[in-house]
Amino acid sequence: MSPKTLYDKIWDDHVAHEAEDGTCLLYIDRHLVHEVTSPQAFEGLRMTGRKVREPEKTIAVPDHNVPTTPGRDDPKNMTEDSAIQVAALDKNAKDFGIHYYPVSDVRQGIVHIIGPEQGWTLPGTTIVCGDSHTATHGAFGALAHGIGTSEVEHVLATQTLIQKKSKNMKVEITGKLRPGVTAKDITLSVIGETGTAGGTGYVIEYCGEAIRDLSMEGRMTVCNMAIEGGARAGLIAPDEKTFEYVKGRPHAPKGAAWEAALTYWKTLFSDDDAHWDKVLTIKGEDIAPVVTWGTSPEDVLPITGVVPSPSDFKGGKVEAAQRSLDYMGLTPGTPLSEIAIDTVFIGSCTNGRIEDLRAAAAILKGKKVKDGMRAMVVPGSGLVRAQAEEEGLADVFKDAGFEWRLAGCSMCLAMNPDQLAPQERCAATSNRNFEGRQGRGGRTHLVSPGMAAAAAITGKLTDVREMM
Amino acid sequence: MQKFTTLTGIAAPMPMINVDTDMIIPKQFLKTIKRSGLGANLFDEMRFDDDGKEIDSFVLNQPAYREAEILVAGDNFGCGSSREHAPWALLDFGIRCVIAPSFADIFYNNCFKNGILPIALPQDVVDVLMKDAEKGANARISVDLEAQTVTTSDGEVVSFELDAFKKHCLLNGLDDIGLTMEKVSSIDAFESKAQAARPWA
Repeated sequence: MSPKTLYDKIWDDHVAHEAEDGTCLLYIDRHLVHEVTSPQAFEGLRMTGRKVREPEKTIAVPDHNVPTTPGRDDPKNMTEDSAIQVAALDKNAKDFGIHYYPVSDVRQGIVHIIGPEQGWTLPGTTIVCGDSHTATHGAFGALAHGIGTSEVEHVLATQTLIQKKSKNMKVEITGKLRPGVTAKDITLSVIGETGTAGGTGYVIEYCGEAIRDLSMEGRMTVCNMAIEGGARAGLIAPDEKTFEYVKGRPHAPKGAAWEAALTYWKTLFSDDDAHWDKVLTIKGEDIAPVVTWGTSPEDVLPITGVVPSPSDFKGGKVEAAQRSLDYMGLTPGTPLSEIAIDTVFIGSCTNGRIEDLRAAAAILKGKKVKDGMRAMVVPGSGLVRAQAEEEGLADVFKDAGFEWRLAGCSMCLAMNPDQLAPQERCAATSNRNFEGRQGRGGRTHLVSPGMAAAAAITGKLTDVREMM
Repeated sequence: MQKFTTLTGIAAPMPMINVDTDMIIPKQFLKTIKRSGLGANLFDEMRFDDDGKEIDSFVLNQPAYREAEILVAGDNFGCGSSREHAPWALLDFGIRCVIAPSFADIFYNNCFKNGILPIALPQDVVDVLMKDAEKGANARISVDLEAQTVTTSDGEVVSFELDAFKKHCLLNGLDDIGLTMEKVSSIDAFESKAQAARPWA
């Protein structure tokens, strides 16, 4: 047999039909659904009299537009349009008989956090969701990617997706990371190298010692932002850490099924001589704590750097950089560590897991948020929130002056009331710094949880290493 | 789905790279449970000021381009989220074709589900079309999907590449789900096989 990549193996095991031109029906093992990108898909099923083919493989949760303040299980405490979307999901989940975690359920949370948490996310499976950050689940060696609403309807009706195979890209992070450098810095640094279109047409497998050394939480952070590099999906080969994380979760296999699954999962790695269409290698020791300065996730620099000038770039990026600087209100040459911050947001499917909260709390312990700043923590799920309370992290945040919120996507995309005001500047642990992303006119700097905590204390972008 | 065969129309020049889906349709407009009506908010934050007044300098607010049916844009158009509201908004406004050096993967796929033709062409060719689009309303660009060509207002013809299956579906306005349903026996067979091999999945 010819050598295969991990992606090749998962792909080959899920092709339900292949046409002569290579167009395939890829079988989908898990379909995650949320309130914003699914109503039109369920409406489509109703209009055509179609059913959900595999309700047992379909999991729904409201996360994008739900408030993160108490009392939210009463629709009166939501904006009318948000309440309509959540009510539609309630009804669709009930009518079509799919698994559902309503806001009143402690297991509710961001779809990409509860999938792994509940054991829906398993190595070697195919996972889709009407959300681009579905790439997160690739951390388990699952082929996972975002789809549009028409495709959501297609998967609901047929449990397959029409796909052509992507190319294989290997991103290797060699050696060890330096202190203060995290998974977020890895994934942002990779995008800084490739650009936001560098992964277009590819599925990325992340590998190397620095990736292997990451926890499952860290690996999820890395894969989460594969989409920001343009890739269809990000993958990390499963190993003992993966199996340990999955074992015993509510929907993970048990007993003999576990043993059988484990045997299969251990075959999920890229063969030594597998063909790569593109390779990027970065030394772990070369990665610094980074921040974004502009309005594209590729606008990445070490915190020790300065705001660049448009003349540092070429082609269309010259004008784009000028537009970014104007939008962000920044002057070339300003040290990044002198940029004053109004708000800190810790949360999202990128950095809303327990380890992220631990990392931020470690910096914040015994310290206070700078006067006049707004700071909030939005745990990724009700269970992350409960665990953080149990570990005393919630008290650290609250004592420091952070708001301690309920689970949801929150200010990552600001569909709920958690938004930036125009020109408000935010250090955020989320994944996108696009214009208007966190609120019209809002200015976003993407950072790791530790860097976000450091910024909350000093009131400006700060090198977390100075606080460790 | 609406078929796409040929289109001759005004092309609006948007020489920006990385036009993301948050720009195309900001999140406050995603709280709809319908596909229609999003055109009014296409490019909302670039098109309207804080008071909801049109920003004159924005291309689609200029008299020459208000009726544009084609958009010529920079690299990596449609990057960001999976929201199909982006092509829905373009379509609702009247844009049936976007030409750019490259597109983000999910946006590109979403276009084909909605009768919109995204055309990827090399940067130097897009530069020529951008210049043509900048001439205004009298300069109309033509697109022929069957022939896979774009013709400038000066009659210059350029060819573009496209996946044959996507082309077939767009030309005929075919419903993907209906097509897949015809292969239900393959799905059934796969499911039985997979259930035996990987019962936990």
